[in-house]
Amino acid sequence: MTDIAAGASALPSSGAEVEIDVYEEKALGFWIYLMSDAIIFALLFATYVVVSKNFAGGPNGQTLFDLVRTFGETMLLLFSSITFGFASVAIRLGKQETALAWLAVTFVLGAAFLGLEISEFTGMIAQDAGPQRSGFLSAFFTLVGTHGLHVTMGLIWIVILALQVLVKGLTPPVVSRLFRLGLFWHFLDIVWIGIFSIVYLPGVL
Amino acid sequence: MLPSDQSESLRPYVIGFVLALVLTAIPFALVAMHILPIFATLVIIAILALIQVAVHLRYFLHIDLEETPQENLIALAFAALLIFIMVGGSLWIMLDLNARMAS
Repeated sequence: MTDIAAGASALPSSGAEVEIDVYEEKALGFWIYLMSDAIIFALLFATYVVVSKNFAGGPNGQTLFDLVRTFGETMLLLFSSITFGFASVAIRLGKQETALAWLAVTFVLGAAFLGLEISEFTGMIAQDAGPQRSGFLSAFFTLVGTHGLHVTMGLIWIVILALQVLVKGLTPPVVSRLFRLGLFWHFLDIVWIGIFSIVYLPGVL
Repeated sequence: MLPSDQSESLRPYVIGFVLALVLTAIPFALVAMHILPIFATLVIIAILALIQVAVHLRYFLHIDLEETPQENLIALAFAALLIFIMVGGSLWIMLDLNARMAS
């Protein structure tokens, strides 16, 4: 990265162009991180599929999963994706107030998703269906829990960047951070497609 | 991929949202109503999930085969290849093993 940056500054280009190059590199670096994260999730999915029938005499998806709650979680994440999209458009148009409002809506939707997931997890653990109960439940909690952890990080990230927007305004560095947060947030919604299609829907069939 | 490359329009998000809504509603409805055999339902869920991933990549992440920088597309294609080999290979080996052990 330093080589490319040094090469770019040696060229007779304006400062603004060099700055754009830096953000392009950061976007690529973050994209490569997301791809490696996608591989982690893919392998957690593979693990889940392998042990998804190993109930060890314990409860299965039909007794544990609630299709209505899963649909609610899916809608919350999908709505949070489009509200983040609205925030991105407002950011590009330089509308700070609108962007902050949509970021706040996205945060509320994400937090509601997390609340539903936590109530599901605690409900399962309360009826002795925690991660130690069976191979199926170990893989379930690892996969869905890892996604939930990512959403938690995304929520913290939204708060931090909203504060940066408030303090610093929509400066180029803040805008580029918001762009990468958007990639992260939309990526989490893609992982959730896999979770409801591989874990919940086949689980209740 | 770049902030400057993206259109300043709500259109792609709205299109993506409506498509995703339909692609989510169909599998949930199929599972809730039990109108098809289990295997057929699973196949439809899988196909619609793949389409929905493509919709999200296109309309939310703005992946475009023409406009997205080539490095990003290569990283995406490489990740897809790795996922195919590792997930496909793991499932093949483990399910084959399971079938042999069970009999």
